[in-house]
Amino acid sequence: MRLGVDVGGTFTDVVLDLEGHASTADTSAANAAKIQDGIVSVKVLTTHDAPERGILDGVRTVIKRAGVSLADVDTVIHGTTLATNALIERTGAHTAFVTTAGFRDVIETRTESRFEQYDLNIVLPAPLIERRQRYVLAERMGADGSVLLSFDEAAARELIATIGEGDYVALAVGFLHSYRNPDHERRFRDLVTEMLPDLAVSISSEVSPQMREFERFNTVCANAFVQPVMSTYLHNLRDQLIEAGATCPVYMIHSGGGLMSLESAARFPVRLVESGPAGGAIFAADIAARYGLDRVLSYDMGGTTAKICLIEGHTPRTAKTFEVARTYRFKKGSGMPISIPVIEMIEIGAGGGSIAGVDDLGQIRVGPRSAGSEPGPAAYQLGGTEPTVTDADLILGRLSADTFGAETIDLSADVARTAVASKVGTALGIDADSAAIGVSEVVDENMSNAARVHAVENGKDVSRFTMIAFGGAAPLHAGRICNKLGIDELIVPPGAGVGSAIGFLRAPFAYEAVRSYYAATHDFDHVAVNQLLDELAHEAESFVREGTDEEPEIERWTYMRYAGQGWEIPVQLPDGDFDTTSHELLAMRFEKAYSEFFGRPIDGLAIEAVSWAVRVASPRPPVELVARIEHDQGVATSPGNATHTRPIHDAATGSIVEAAVVERDSLQIGQLIAGPAVVVESQTTTLIASDQSMVVQPDGCLLIKVHALEVPAPQSIGDAS
Amino acid sequence: MSDITSNLRNQVMWNRLISVVEEQAITLVRTAFSTSVREAGDLSAGIFDQQGRMIAQAVTGTPGHVNTMAAAVGYFIEDIGLDRIAEGDVYLTNDPWKATGHLHDITVVTPVFHNGNLIGYFACTAHVVDIGGRGYGPDGAEVYEEGLLIPIMRFIDRGSRNEDLVTIIRNNVREADQVIGDIHSLAACNETGRRRLIAMLNEFGLVDLESLAEFVFDRTNTATRNHLATLPHGTYTNTMQVDGYNDTITLAITLTVTDEGIHGDFTGTSPKNSHGVNVPLGYSKAYMTYALLCALAPGMPNNAASLAPFTVSAPKGCIVNAEHPDPVSVRHVIGHFITDLTLGAIAPALPDIVPAEGSGALWNFQVSARAAAGHDLPPVEILMFNSGGTGARPSLDGLSATAFPSGVRTMSVEATEQVGPMVIWRKELRPGSGGAGKYRGGLGQVIELGPTDGYEFQFSAMFDRVENPARGRMGGHDGAAGSATLDDGTPFAAKGKQLVPEGHRLTLQLPGGGGFGDPADRSDHDVQRDVDQGYVS
Repeated sequence: MRLGVDVGGTFTDVVLDLEGHASTADTSAANAAKIQDGIVSVKVLTTHDAPERGILDGVRTVIKRAGVSLADVDTVIHGTTLATNALIERTGAHTAFVTTAGFRDVIETRTESRFEQYDLNIVLPAPLIERRQRYVLAERMGADGSVLLSFDEAAARELIATIGEGDYVALAVGFLHSYRNPDHERRFRDLVTEMLPDLAVSISSEVSPQMREFERFNTVCANAFVQPVMSTYLHNLRDQLIEAGATCPVYMIHSGGGLMSLESAARFPVRLVESGPAGGAIFAADIAARYGLDRVLSYDMGGTTAKICLIEGHTPRTAKTFEVARTYRFKKGSGMPISIPVIEMIEIGAGGGSIAGVDDLGQIRVGPRSAGSEPGPAAYQLGGTEPTVTDADLILGRLSADTFGAETIDLSADVARTAVASKVGTALGIDADSAAIGVSEVVDENMSNAARVHAVENGKDVSRFTMIAFGGAAPLHAGRICNKLGIDELIVPPGAGVGSAIGFLRAPFAYEAVRSYYAATHDFDHVAVNQLLDELAHEAESFVREGTDEEPEIERWTYMRYAGQGWEIPVQLPDGDFDTTSHELLAMRFEKAYSEFFGRPIDGLAIEAVSWAVRVASPRPPVELVARIEHDQGVATSPGNATHTRPIHDAATGSIVEAAVVERDSLQIGQLIAGPAVVVESQTTTLIASDQSMVVQPDGCLLIKVHALEVPAPQSIGDAS
Repeated sequence: MSDITSNLRNQVMWNRLISVVEEQAITLVRTAFSTSVREAGDLSAGIFDQQGRMIAQAVTGTPGHVNTMAAAVGYFIEDIGLDRIAEGDVYLTNDPWKATGHLHDITVVTPVFHNGNLIGYFACTAHVVDIGGRGYGPDGAEVYEEGLLIPIMRFIDRGSRNEDLVTIIRNNVREADQVIGDIHSLAACNETGRRRLIAMLNEFGLVDLESLAEFVFDRTNTATRNHLATLPHGTYTNTMQVDGYNDTITLAITLTVTDEGIHGDFTGTSPKNSHGVNVPLGYSKAYMTYALLCALAPGMPNNAASLAPFTVSAPKGCIVNAEHPDPVSVRHVIGHFITDLTLGAIAPALPDIVPAEGSGALWNFQVSARAAAGHDLPPVEILMFNSGGTGARPSLDGLSATAFPSGVRTMSVEATEQVGPMVIWRKELRPGSGGAGKYRGGLGQVIELGPTDGYEFQFSAMFDRVENPARGRMGGHDGAAGSATLDDGTPFAAKGKQLVPEGHRLTLQLPGGGGFGDPADRSDHDVQRDVDQGYVS
């Protein structure tokens, strides 16, 4: 059996998949853990001073609850925000950075631009490694990997001696064009290892061999910066698990959504950044596979942010670079770039704790500022006075003070009403109910717009997708967002409150190796490309082999564009070696992919490949398709025949209506519910509007049919030629 | 309740319109061939009402498009004729005086019909790779030499493409496939907007945009005027000298603040130039408006109402009031300084807001790499964007090597070297170049580059603040001036076409920003930090 552990900013989630093992479960209500669908889960508070303590508490709880022993567990899979937090809070090691002479300030001058056009007092993010800790060495590779200025060993030794006097714990090395020729970086690393064996060294050609120096240098600096703290933490965790009786290996979930060994994670901890959200995407992808859904939009809304990911063919979309630690309203460009393979998602400042207010245009604004868990929404009565999305949901009857997820928190609708009235209502001259409607509608509109723009960026029409919603706040808002996006089908899976941790259990052993290498299709060196792809496959496979003996699956990709463009699109490569005619096939595949993004190819232009990627993964276990139950069977539970009802604000009619209240635990497979209704459970509430209906699926998922709005057909704009 | 609901509906629809124009802009960035579109965000997208008033515009890196594109749709309606606008039409122009200031920008306008009625327009603008003529640069003596001018006309006539126009463009520009491709992208991005808008009208049961437009203009007008009211009535003046193309140019502005708004008059500014650095008045207005919005009303959305309070005038024949057929190709160089000029005028009234002067104009250059004698190598064009330091702020240091007022991003050195036969040997901060002050000006940068073996560079320079450094404010010192030098001691001018021979390197020292406040008042902590980090030399 597998144990998943997700350490987040507020909660640590522990889930145990019994995988058919008999449980001698203790089913007393007093026990905090719960069993659902063969999975035992618990949420405990994250212990920030030593996260392993909270983990061990949670692990003991689920083990006890399941009535098994820790020695019975075959695998522990762990994901953590620790690396991300160390970057955000700048709490990494005292780190030096060595780069090519002439390029000392690359991580400080960034893109030479401002991410906000109108703010005269803009503050740009400080470099991860400050200037006095950045050193230079005279050496230089050319763009083609040739040596323009040779490596001077004496100068290198002298520099290392200087660094040795600096009390550094970690060292990052990033030389220009090292993705093309890593020789100088390796030689420098070897000298450091010889002269300063205690210093942890990261080199950019290993951590992130991708072109573009700002992104690569920042990535190697981030790796070195968090490496000592992550290595210590991971080894402590392993030791304590062993002490507690575990005999199995611990694997880490990485940002690309696969598993890697603890030892590899300790060497390349930057790969752990954003691994929690990756778990959520895998969770959704697994459900997509079970329902045979080819186009899915996963929507995860928690306390502070909402995350949206496109999943096609049961595989979350991936990217080769992303941005963390945004410092300015989650604005693009205000964080730092990390160039590693990652499940691509957008994150916006819209969560249950997002704070609402009125701007000087008389418009309601929601987020990105969040009340977080402390003090939390006003309704928590923990000292928060500012109105939040959760306060609005409570006023509108969508949340109930009686059935709210966290059992330790007393919700007060009156306090919520006061906060919303004073900070939103008064400014607009409206009452608390109207203001709450406004807050809810605005946050839904924000999330819809973000999803639509993200889809457009990827050349997709979001209205053709099915939404899978999870995270504490998502099922409350998902229906309305589907409405706005023209999505007609919504799935709310069980275990949605611990989705990421369950996702960990479904993750394959997988690794993606990416390297930049320029190749024009008209001048294609198939021998060099074959060799490059072989090297990447070998590298990726060596990571995967640390966790599995099964014959892995290999996917190969390249990132291509028309010469002159600045943005590449991913193109999947055929199996087997390239030969002298392969460039034609590549060009054809590119044009097909380009058409999918932008409607049409462009004739007469040269095509080039910029980066190459090989993804190696353990084979996916065969998926058992869910026997889907459609709507038109049986008699529906409705406000008219439900045992319990309560008044809620219904967005479909814009009025207060009496809604059926149904306990999720009481639902029967195949049961129909006609909106308006709320389905309540300990970690979330699902809202079903008056024009929506829901049917319970055999695996416990709620399948909701949403009334979709029509999008008009395109008009001809003439033929391209 | 109904009033509340309609306000909320209007707010939601307003947000939706802003999202729609962002979608338009993103589609353009992703498909554009022009380096300045994708790297500098040199594009715009917006939605307009029946009367051609702009309701919403995407936030991009180009303040220069703010006013110019907003005004353009009015010209389209006038020139096409309201009664001749038909469903399925798409129009375009690159007229510098009716659109965005130079021939390289193509503006495309698509009318939107709903249930057979004309309800508004989508417009977008992008800088294309080439427009014929002499190529991009300030060397033309008249706009005729700068390329093909396409008057406002139909690109698509009721669904059929104007093949005559396409043939003319195809035969008059370099890289015709890319240029025609970009025009199609522009039309397609308006089409995306049109579909989203119709879906929104259906969702909310609207027949047109009029009530929504009034809501947007009403809210914006009130908020903008409230913000502007923080600037006391009266007149504010400033003059500033910049290097210009061949002679020092004086820029002068007098701002008159009344209940009506803010009027800028450029009397006292130098006359027009024989090279393409002249600025159409609409573009000058854009950078003045940008400065005033930054200082007084940041966060205001760009629409007809937020732009309405700003008006301009300038004497005939003045460099910031270029007229046809004056050459205007690189109008941004002088245009960018109008922001510092305007900020300087209102500084006495807003001492806690206005920063010192910065490096202003970008140090962009285009390099034509050509085979050196005795080599047979293909020609390559390389474009680079680089920025000096910005001025210190009243409570913060300036930004080092960062563009202002432009929103341009630099390109990766590695990516640049992959594209062309260039080695950039150095690109790092220039210690000591930020003007001293209580708050220090942003540092410039040093760039050292040369051709790879077998090549030489035809180098087109258009660098400013070599003779006239950024001035400090409130006792802050001036930033360091810029310079350009060849490694063999040959003089290298800041302006004009010159040669970087094979085997030689060019060093550019980019200017720093001015300081703010007396350097003696700088905190010990900040002084020590500058020394520790090597920000001072």
